[in-house]
Amino acid sequence: MPTPYFRPLDVESIRKDFPIFATTPPLAFLDNAASTQTPRPVVEAMDSYYDTYRSNIHRGIYRISEEATEQYERARDKVAQLINAPRSRQIVFTRNTTESINLVAYSWGSANIQEGDEIVLTVMEHHSNLVPWQLLAQRTGAVLRFMEITDEGLLDFTQLQDLLTEKTKLVAIGHVSNVLGTINPIQSIITAAHAVGAKVVVDAAQSVPHFQVDVQQLDCDFLAFSGHKMCGPTGIGVLYGKVELLEEMPPFLGGGSMIRSVERDISSYAELPAKFEAGTPSIAEAIGLGHTVDYITQANLAALQVHEQELLKYAHHRLQDIEGITLYGPSSPHQKAGVISFNLEGIHPHDVAGVLDTHGIAVRAGHHCAQPLMKWLDVIATVRASFYLYNTIEEVDRLYEGLCRTQKLLTRRRK
Amino acid sequence: MNIYQEELLDHYENPSNYGTLPNPDISHEEDNPLCGDRIRIDLIVEDDIITEVRFSGHGCTISQAAASMLTEEIDGKSLTEVKKLTRDDILDMVGIPLGPVRLKCALLALKVLKAGAYGIKGWPGEEDK
Repeated sequence: MPTPYFRPLDVESIRKDFPIFATTPPLAFLDNAASTQTPRPVVEAMDSYYDTYRSNIHRGIYRISEEATEQYERARDKVAQLINAPRSRQIVFTRNTTESINLVAYSWGSANIQEGDEIVLTVMEHHSNLVPWQLLAQRTGAVLRFMEITDEGLLDFTQLQDLLTEKTKLVAIGHVSNVLGTINPIQSIITAAHAVGAKVVVDAAQSVPHFQVDVQQLDCDFLAFSGHKMCGPTGIGVLYGKVELLEEMPPFLGGGSMIRSVERDISSYAELPAKFEAGTPSIAEAIGLGHTVDYITQANLAALQVHEQELLKYAHHRLQDIEGITLYGPSSPHQKAGVISFNLEGIHPHDVAGVLDTHGIAVRAGHHCAQPLMKWLDVIATVRASFYLYNTIEEVDRLYEGLCRTQKLLTRRRK
Repeated sequence: MNIYQEELLDHYENPSNYGTLPNPDISHEEDNPLCGDRIRIDLIVEDDIITEVRFSGHGCTISQAAASMLTEEIDGKSLTEVKKLTRDDILDMVGIPLGPVRLKCALLALKVLKAGAYGIKGWPGEEDK
């Protein structure tokens, strides 16, 4: 055991910040890789905007608009600090990870990708880090190439040298698989990609909420994540980019806020980050995200990570004893974030989730927006339990018992 | 109400009319790519009357039980009559409240039947949306 330099999470008091857990029996919410619950301090921060200084930002010459602008920009500062971005103007607010990646694909991609160029992805990408690149390839004639995975659910590094060539212009890679939980060693991929002159986009939707991510240390060119997977509101996401890249890139969406001056036929564009934030943004949600950063930072990301590791280890330990269960992904919890995907033999994943729901346990069943990975695993769908800071060992026990009951109820007698 | 009711589970475990027909007049198969549920329906039709029906496929309890219930319902009925079956008729047969995702599971068999017998595409109940 590593020596803890921090207070462990006080899960009991954390749970009190989430009214959704106040029911009896309490909801066992194990679908955090899809979206998380939102604590009172975050909701209250958004309420406070709506109740006391609701107004548009950046242009109002009156007090509450100035207050809204200040809170919105303070949120940007907090996000920059969270991922150790050198400057706040490198933080672009979007709706979510998907929009952030699309922004790069349309803006940077259209200006920099040509016919015959290669974009390297992995088989475990979420559709949000796959379909935008398919669209870009269709527009430009670029070629998509894929890093395969080993039977263990880890990236197959033996291929990397063949994949990365002078044709490679971009590597788009998920930091943590939303299905397998695999934590990908992206640092070495970024270094290798840069060695051939390629840029790197990191889909950090499943990493930033769960452990410390440092964009300067990683030296990634772009990094995207969502507020709603880290206890924040829906409708707010983040794109981080290197300054020189963001400055060279053409705008993505056109409209208000993103301009410097507009004539009838032509416009000049605003400085970063406004250039990429056309129209009135999600103001309350951005402010909420700022308070979300406060919330998880106060809880302590290192403590949060240890807590999730404990839940994951315990879940592995309990679930692997169930007869007829198949666990997907790395067998060692150390190579994983708090995600566990599985199937029960002879029972459709929807039925597993359906029966668990009758016991107050929320898990995901489906293809998890990762159909190429499902195909690789040779399954139609899986059941997935995923943890966050408010989950408990008792909830893992309930999951185990729920799965045993599911088997009892649904083990097929037919053929 | 718990969606895993005895009647539904009975149909899942011991489905009626399960299998295929060697020379069906109508045979159609579709899947729901979201969850991989797959259903095929075979019919023998004489003078507009469904004289034999079989279904086959795989998927969750709800899709398979609903298919079993549907085949019981249409066996011996006329194609004209069967064409009138709606989404609500299936929900009445299944007899449990379903969320939007599971609703599609329940409706897959009717969708397959309507596409095969009448060339009607799309999910029952959403034709006019």
